[in-house]
Order: sequence, then structure tokens, then C-alpha cells
Amino acid sequence: MSETGKQRGAAIDLSAVSKAYGSFRALDDISLHIEAGEFMTLLGPSGSGKTTTLNVIAGFTEVSAGSLQVGGRSVVGMPAHKRNIGVVFQHYALFPHMTVGRNVAYPLSLRGVAKTEREARVKRALDMVRMADFAHRYPSELSGGQQQRVALARAIVFDPPLLLMDEPLGALDKKLREWLQLEIKRIHRELGTTFVYVTHDQEEALVLSDRIAVFNRGKIEQVGTGRDLYDAPETLFVGRFIGDSTVLRGQSRGDGSSTALDIAGETVTAPLKHAGRGQPVMLLRPEKLAIRRPGLGRNDGDNRLSGTISEAIYLGSGSKYEIRLRDGSTAIVRSPLTDESFTIGEAVELCFRGEDAKLVADDSAADTTLT
Amino acid sequence: MAMHPLTRVLLGLACILVGLWLVAPTLVVVPMSFNENKSLAFPPQGFSWQWYQNFVTNPEWSTSFLNSLKVATVVAVLATVIGTLAAFGLDRMRARSAGLLRMLLLTPMVVPGVVLAIGIYAVYLDARLVGTMTGFVLAHTILALPFVLIAVQASLEVFDKRLETAAASLGAGRIATFRTVTLPLIAPGILSGLLFAFVTSFDEVIVSLFITSPYMKTLPVQIFTSITRDADPTVAAVGTILLCATTILIGGGLLLLGRDRRSSL
Repeated sequence: MSETGKQRGAAIDLSAVSKAYGSFRALDDISLHIEAGEFMTLLGPSGSGKTTTLNVIAGFTEVSAGSLQVGGRSVVGMPAHKRNIGVVFQHYALFPHMTVGRNVAYPLSLRGVAKTEREARVKRALDMVRMADFAHRYPSELSGGQQQRVALARAIVFDPPLLLMDEPLGALDKKLREWLQLEIKRIHRELGTTFVYVTHDQEEALVLSDRIAVFNRGKIEQVGTGRDLYDAPETLFVGRFIGDSTVLRGQSRGDGSSTALDIAGETVTAPLKHAGRGQPVMLLRPEKLAIRRPGLGRNDGDNRLSGTISEAIYLGSGSKYEIRLRDGSTAIVRSPLTDESFTIGEAVELCFRGEDAKLVADDSAADTTLT
Repeated sequence: MAMHPLTRVLLGLACILVGLWLVAPTLVVVPMSFNENKSLAFPPQGFSWQWYQNFVTNPEWSTSFLNSLKVATVVAVLATVIGTLAAFGLDRMRARSAGLLRMLLLTPMVVPGVVLAIGIYAVYLDARLVGTMTGFVLAHTILALPFVLIAVQASLEVFDKRLETAAASLGAGRIATFRTVTLPLIAPGILSGLLFAFVTSFDEVIVSLFITSPYMKTLPVQIFTSITRDADPTVAAVGTILLCATTILIGGGLLLLGRDRRSSL
């Protein structure tokens, strides 16, 4: 797996993996390919199966069905301690009776690395996470962020081809989290190791990942780059979980090339054919929507819906509005600061171009798992 | 909340009284051990070290002391190994029967000592274990086991099992994980269990009285027979020595337990 001396990551292949606890299916027929050296984030709400997937790869949980390969080798049935995979936990899991230095040296001692080499590698790993000055401290003397950096050093010191991280920044405050995100990104670049990162924070996923796998109810809804997921969500759940979006529901009519929705007496059309099963709904990102005062002429290609402003939020870089539509649903609009401003209670028209809408199948369960 | 000065004085007095009440009967032994006359009178007359001398030189006393030491040492090791394993098993058992098993293991602490003694005596008569080292070790181990179980279980409860998962991810098999992570972290519990087991065996008297023989006496048995036969102040000297020894041992054990609790916070 290592070419020309530089440590390379291992590819991962999950194929038709299921994990059942009694009648509950924690993982339901998951297939996922992760490239060598890739930064893959498993994103989803709690209980969606992302952590179970991580535990399956780490060997903490055995699969009920399916196959799992790491670096081209099947690891099904292999105990965790033989898999040579680094793991960083949300709760740090540093050994409290060992100093920082001994914690980081631990995996090397187990592998019988000689003392001088061990010390050099511990130092290199601690340098990488900028914790070299703390080698003689005990974990209880460190802050949460420092402990997590030590845990990261301990997980990479033995050069695993794969590093798993389970919400590693979940217990830290926002500023520290943002800084550590950049640190993790830098370390990923420097190591070339495959990273698999679990989080429920979609912003974190967008910052860090090459690709994101969105989990929901034990299944993968969609895999793609952050841009793929934002611009072309394939399911209602993905559209709502990544970024803000307005969901338009109505009586649908479709011909060969376009789909129209009747929403409380108004009609909107999009030049798209609904391919999925079930009722189509339209998804619109906040920056694809515009607000107009009623009665002002606009070119005819625009779709219009009437509503009233129910919330106006000043964001600094712009404004965010919530608009109550006639059918009772809420639209979210982000407009740049230069645009005219609106006040709560004002009657407005919501405009968008049909080609900016995405059509996905309606899924009432998407609402329940999000809240 | 500030306390009224009078309340404070009364509270202090009450505490001193209760403290005296608890400790005085034990402390009476100390001056008596330096008595010049061969009597257990209090207050004692004069001052002498002769009863301490007698304890060391009289084979009846020194042999029984060595017997107790031997039995207690073996019991401490045996009970600690078995008790630790049992605590581990119960801790990792998911079945509901774990609670039942735990109660079963704790029964020697609950059952009246005399009842247990009669039972053990009856069995030992048949098994020819009366008056043997093996007999004492087996009986005392039963009695010491609950103390080890409780001490180890307490430290297992605060032990973070997720550290074992972390160790596995770093390449440690189950035995390596136990040796390098679990054992060092629950060591205070095991050590205090060991101390309690030792002390339990060392001053056990009820069961010992039943299973003793003229050829195999432990120290508490020797004290009991001596005091019922004559008023030998050597008993007081022994009592003073034991008092010092157990204070040090139990004090050490409590300190260890306290440290364990603090480090887990």
C-alpha cells in the first residue's frame, strides 16, 4: 500500500452491509466506496447509522450481513486490534494514568517499536498536532481541545492507512471547533491517509470533506461532494439536511418536459420531468428565491407565489426572510444587502426561475427524522 | 450559613462524646498492656514491658500469631484473585442473573457468623479439615470474598470501559488491554480489597473458634482461650499491637479508596 516511501491511505469498500439489533435495522443494506486518501464524511442525524458504520469499519461492531474491505482485504470477522486503523473518539479516551507522551507511545510499544525510534515518532506526531510541549503532562491537566489533539496524535503515530473520527469536535465550543477543523484538514493533506469522519453538523461536513455520505434511518440517501449535495439533492431529506431550503408541495401536473404544481390556487412550473416515485415536490435554495413588492412587472418566465413576510433577520452580509405562503408553508429567502428591505407583515411576491428548482419525491418521513 | 456560637459548642461536645464512646473501650487496652501485676485491672499499676516480652517469647503466643499471619496472607491473595475475577464477570455480564449471583456471593457477609460456623464445622468434621491450615484458609476466604467483590466492583463502576475500546483500536488485544489499561486503573480497588481480606481473616474469631484444634490456633482464638482461662495481660499487649497494625492497614486502604474516587472525577 505504500509507494515511494510516502504513506498512502487505504480504500474502503462496504458492500450491502447490514447490522440488525433484534428487529431494529441500524444499517440497512449500505454500500459505499471510499477512495484511498479521501476525506469522507458520514453525515446524518443521531440514530441514522453513521456511527454504526464507523464502528463496523473499526471492528467494534460486527456486521450482520454484507462484506467490508479495507485496502483490498476483507476484514469481516477480524478483531479491532488487528485492523491497524486509527480511531479518534468524541470523548477523547486518553488513558488517565499515562502522560501525554506515554499515551502517544502506547500503540508503538504494542508494536514493539524500539525506544529511540518510538521517541522520535512520538515527537513527530505531537509536533504535527502542536502539542510537543505537553509530553510530560497528564490528560487531566489539559483542556478538551488539547486532549483531542493528543488523541489525534495517538491515532496517527503508528501510521495507519485509515483514520476514523467519531464526532471528534462534538464536545468543544464553536471557535475551537472551527480552528481544529482547519487543523484536521491540514493533517489530512500532510498525511495522505484516508479519513472517515462522522458528524451531524452539515457545516463541518462541508468545510472538511472531499465527499459526504448523507445517512438517514440506516440508509445512505446520497453520496457526493458538498456542491453536489447542495446544488443537486436527490432526496427531500438531503435537500433539507444540507443548507436551508424551501419545499413547495402542491397538486402536480406533468407533461413530457415540465412539471407544474398547483399551490393554493397559484401555479409554478419547472422545466423538469419528475423521475422518482411518489408525489413530486420542488426544492429551492434561499439564494435562488427573490422577493418583489406585488404588482411590479417582471419577465414572464418567472414563477410567482404570493405571501407575507413572517420573519426578517439581519445577517450582516445580507438579510434572511421567512415568507408565509398561501398554503401555510414557509419559504426561506436570502437576499444581498443591496436589495430593498421588507418589514414583517408586508404582502410580497416570491419569484424564482423554474430551472433553479429541484424536483424530488415527497417523503413525509424526512420531516420527522429532521426534528 | 453561619452557625450560632452556642450551637457550634454543643455540636462539638456531642461529637467528642460520641467519639469517646466509640474509641474508649479500645483504647483502655493500651494502658493495661503496661501493667506491672499479672491482672487485667484498670487503671493499671506501675509500668513494664514484660507482657510484650511474653508475647514474643512464649511459643503459644508467637505460634498463633504466625499462624494468623500465614492464613491471612494466603486468604488475602486467594480472595483477591477470586473476588476480582468475580467482580469482572458480574460487571461484564448482561444477563439479569448477574444481580442474583452478586447477592449469592455477598451472603457470607449477611449470614450470622455462628450459623456459618456451625455449617463449616459440620462439613469439616467429615472432611477432616478441623484444625488444619487448609481449613482456616478456605473458611476465611469465604468470609473475605464479599469485601474484595465490593471494593473491586466499586472501582469497576467508575472505570470508563470506552478506554478498552480505544486500546483495542490502538492494537491491544484483550490481555494487553487488561494489563496496561484496566488493571492499573482499578488497582486501588483491588489493593483495598486485598487489605480488607487480610484484616477480615486476621481478626476472624467466630468460625475460627469452631474449627480450631490444640495444634492449630490463630491469634484471636489464642486471645479468647487465654482470657477465659486466666487474666493474662499479654492479651492487652497483643490487643495494642493489633490495634496499631489494623489502624495502619485499614487507614491505608481507605486512603487508597479515597484516591481512587478523586482520580475518577
